[in-house]
Amino acid sequence: MHINTMRTKARFAWRSFLVVAVVECVLVTGAAALIGTVHAAEEEKGGGLGSDWKTSHAGTDVENKASLQRGARNFANYCIGCHSLKYERWSRMAQDLDISEDLLEKDIMPPGDKPAQYILTSMPAADSEAWFGKTPPDLSLIARSRGKDYLYQFLTTFYVDPTRPTGSNNLRLPSTAMPAVLSEREGLKRAVYKNVGGEQVFDHFEMIAPGQLSTAEYEAFVRDTVNFLDYVGEPTQAARRSLGVWVVLFLLLFTWLAWLMKKEYWKDVH
Amino acid sequence: MAAIHESPGAAPEKKGFLGWLNKRLPVDEFVKTQLTGYYAPKNFNIWYFFGSLALLVLVMQLVTGIFLTMFYKPGELTSFDSVEYIMREVDSGWLIRYLHSTGASAFFIVVYLHMFRALLYGSYKPPRELLWIFGMLVYLALMAEAFMGYVLPWGNMSFWGAQVIVNLFGTIPVIGPPLVEWIRGDYGIADATLNRFFALHVVAIPLGLLLLVVLHLVALRQTGSNNPDGIEIKKNLGPDGHPVDGIPFHPYYTVKDIFGVGVFFILFTIVVFFVPTFGGLFLEGPNFDPANPMSTPEHIAPVWYFTPYYAILRAVPDQRMGALLMGLAVVLFLFLPWLDRSPVKSMRYRGPISKLMLTLFVIAFISLGYLGLEPPSGLYTVLARIFAVVYFAFFLLMPIYSRASFDKTKPVPERVLFNAH
Repeated sequence: MHINTMRTKARFAWRSFLVVAVVECVLVTGAAALIGTVHAAEEEKGGGLGSDWKTSHAGTDVENKASLQRGARNFANYCIGCHSLKYERWSRMAQDLDISEDLLEKDIMPPGDKPAQYILTSMPAADSEAWFGKTPPDLSLIARSRGKDYLYQFLTTFYVDPTRPTGSNNLRLPSTAMPAVLSEREGLKRAVYKNVGGEQVFDHFEMIAPGQLSTAEYEAFVRDTVNFLDYVGEPTQAARRSLGVWVVLFLLLFTWLAWLMKKEYWKDVH
Repeated sequence: MAAIHESPGAAPEKKGFLGWLNKRLPVDEFVKTQLTGYYAPKNFNIWYFFGSLALLVLVMQLVTGIFLTMFYKPGELTSFDSVEYIMREVDSGWLIRYLHSTGASAFFIVVYLHMFRALLYGSYKPPRELLWIFGMLVYLALMAEAFMGYVLPWGNMSFWGAQVIVNLFGTIPVIGPPLVEWIRGDYGIADATLNRFFALHVVAIPLGLLLLVVLHLVALRQTGSNNPDGIEIKKNLGPDGHPVDGIPFHPYYTVKDIFGVGVFFILFTIVVFFVPTFGGLFLEGPNFDPANPMSTPEHIAPVWYFTPYYAILRAVPDQRMGALLMGLAVVLFLFLPWLDRSPVKSMRYRGPISKLMLTLFVIAFISLGYLGLEPPSGLYTVLARIFAVVYFAFFLLMPIYSRASFDKTKPVPERVLFNAH
């Protein structure tokens, strides 16, 4: 009887700890399931192109070097005209992405740039401010500050809007100052609205002039580009994860030995 | 020889270097009084890991912080760039930075659990009032340290967070506005603010923190540790003069704490290496945008460890009153030794009302923490008010509900409960 009471008391803290842990797990799982259901429901509703844009995911893989190389090419072809990556050097990018120096100098780097230089646009900030109303932001950390899904959604929801000075608008960032520079690849889309309770609500996109790429090809194009920006946001992330595996494995071994040592010493305590 | 051994306090004479050293520095004496001869209760449970873990995190923050200052350049024009330089171009800079940024959150997790332990087992009650007060001062210094550290990367949330927090001092009557100007060193959060926060973060507050931690430990050695049963083990001495329920801190608790350190580091490194931003909770997305006085983030929220107090601030319609209650919410902890009128220390032997109030308090604290992260809205504001009332009720009603006449206590055993493995 007495020993039983002692054991119960001694386990008081452990049990309260476990109860909290179990409750938290249930809550988190429940919340995740709920969010999942909502997402699934939204996706099922979807009809035409872009109708599920709010829940679309970038689906990138920063370990996929081929995708990153294509993303780097896309950046050099379509983004660098206005945007810089002021914290990333050409040489660092080439090294991390397995791009040879020849290829870098011949096909990717603008003429005149040196590999050790940072990736900078040649557009003067004063000009871009006059032309667009604001200087296009540096994209070094855009994937970290906005998130990959945001970028994916932004680059896939440009549509024709004659009321805007650029002739185009965006669902993710309404009234964006950025023109639809990728329309030659994507094609031109028109937004189709539906009437919900007397209000015009976006329903889906309609392609009015196809571009060089099919919708699926364009989505892959955006995915590669976002993947590249994710890499630039934190160039060390692949190294971080691979080192982490070894650190955690070492600590598991260390902790197991520490546990055995503790048990051995505590044999004396009665 | 035997006579020498029996004389109190005399250690066997050592030869060689150690003998030379001990004549000049009380190394052996320190080890004897503080480690091998310091008796701690044998019934410590999982809650007793967090004190030593807090010390570990403090050391880690100091070491990683020193390395960060080697490349960090305080200044409006240099801070943000230098942090990115550390993240990208300094060898292992990313690791040092993530250890430091994750360490800040880990510090608060460990300290909150350490404080909860004190609430659970009445560790603040006499004779440990001063020990508790030193601990609370460590917590206050830690809050200042964390807040100023958060400003240093000079991201947009650093800037606007500093704006909101520093402006709180402006609600103090009469001296408020000039005080805010004095803190900032400028008419707005600016270069002068950033540089003085750097000075305070790396020199002044760490010095204060270390002093307070030393006082906290000295006070602990004076009274001895409390334990889950809330019994004073010094009252029950064995024939050898040591507490019968005590065991030498070294080796028993040093080996146990090494195991605790292992478990802690497993969890800690999983965060550092695999989820260093912790979903925007440890490193917030908007802080990857440089500070921009012209662009307010959509939603300003402090880092998670301040959000319970932030939720209290926002729950009050009047800003001055809100700031006052927010301050009170922190300061009230200091008065716990005198608010608590229970004859027993540990929750194990208190009545159901004390247990219920502590449970409600923990729920309120965590809920306020969640609400403080979310944008204020109708339902959330109502909830924050309810939880704020619960939060203050825990402290202010304690002199009533903790009395044995109100909340019947159970008999406390003579010896600690310990189940040998």
